[in-house]
Amino acid sequence: MSKRVAVVVFPGSNCDADTLAAALAAGSDAYYVWHRDTDLKQADVVILPGGFSYGDYLRSGAIARFSPVMRAVEAHASAGGPVLGICNGFQILCEAGLLPGGLMRNAGLKFLSRPVRVRVEVTDTPFTCFATPGEELVLPIAHGDGRYVADARTAAELEADARVVWRYVGDNPNGSTNDIAGISNVARNVVGIMPHPERRNDPLLGGPDGARVFQSMEAGHATQHAGALRAVGGRHDGM
Amino acid sequence: MAPFRVEVRVMPRATLLDPQGRAVEHALHALGFPEVRQARVGKHLVLELEAATREDAATRARAMCDRLLANPVTEDYQLAVDGEGGTA
Repeated sequence: MSKRVAVVVFPGSNCDADTLAAALAAGSDAYYVWHRDTDLKQADVVILPGGFSYGDYLRSGAIARFSPVMRAVEAHASAGGPVLGICNGFQILCEAGLLPGGLMRNAGLKFLSRPVRVRVEVTDTPFTCFATPGEELVLPIAHGDGRYVADARTAAELEADARVVWRYVGDNPNGSTNDIAGISNVARNVVGIMPHPERRNDPLLGGPDGARVFQSMEAGHATQHAGALRAVGGRHDGM
Repeated sequence: MAPFRVEVRVMPRATLLDPQGRAVEHALHALGFPEVRQARVGKHLVLELEAATREDAATRARAMCDRLLANPVTEDYQLAVDGEGGTA
């Protein structure tokens, strides 16, 4: 059974088509949901894609978080449903309080658009269960406000609870706290990532690494199946 | 109800790196203003609104800041109210 994956489109989203294509390529039954809709149409997974919702006015994600669809996204998240925010989607999840911390202007000020290396730190999330712990991925970044910040206590909690999901390796492009590239909430069903897995999910796009995120999503809810996945050494034949 | 003008100053939290401020500071040094010890860049918002009293205007504006205008994780804000209305 394919997962039903709702890709939310805000005014100013520009990675929605790539995200839909990446979810379809992983075998998901993916479809768009407009930000004014209040019905996620029985989504198993919700993805908030990258872009510049509302022109990044005021702060990135600050206005999109009040879009009508976000009530439904919050309800889906609090019921344990998987939610992935990519880049601007990550910013929206932080602004909405579904993830802690916030994203600020890159330490070097420049908008950065290039591949970076990240390490998968935990595999018990719906978006990394197909990966092996410590696996390194090359994913593109494309952001001006990508510096993840959290107060010292929040950062310590993220580390103690193993909620840093991806971390930049070698070079931290934006000056984020603890080299954080992506995090999860306490329940591990809401995940944000700054790099763009949907932009590198095929050898034709420079590499297949991003597909791991969408394959994980399609493979199952990590919270239920992580043990079984680990037991077969990262191979998921037949799932 | 009376018209009020609320000016809101939103600044990046002092403990966080402000790369815009840093760039401005460096530019000022390069232009021959070495006396600048620090520059920080924030936002200034001007709200024209109706309220019964100055206090009401401030209370409403504070709610707007908490809800939308400032991010409590990364920013601090201050507001000043100007207007015709007397104090309660």
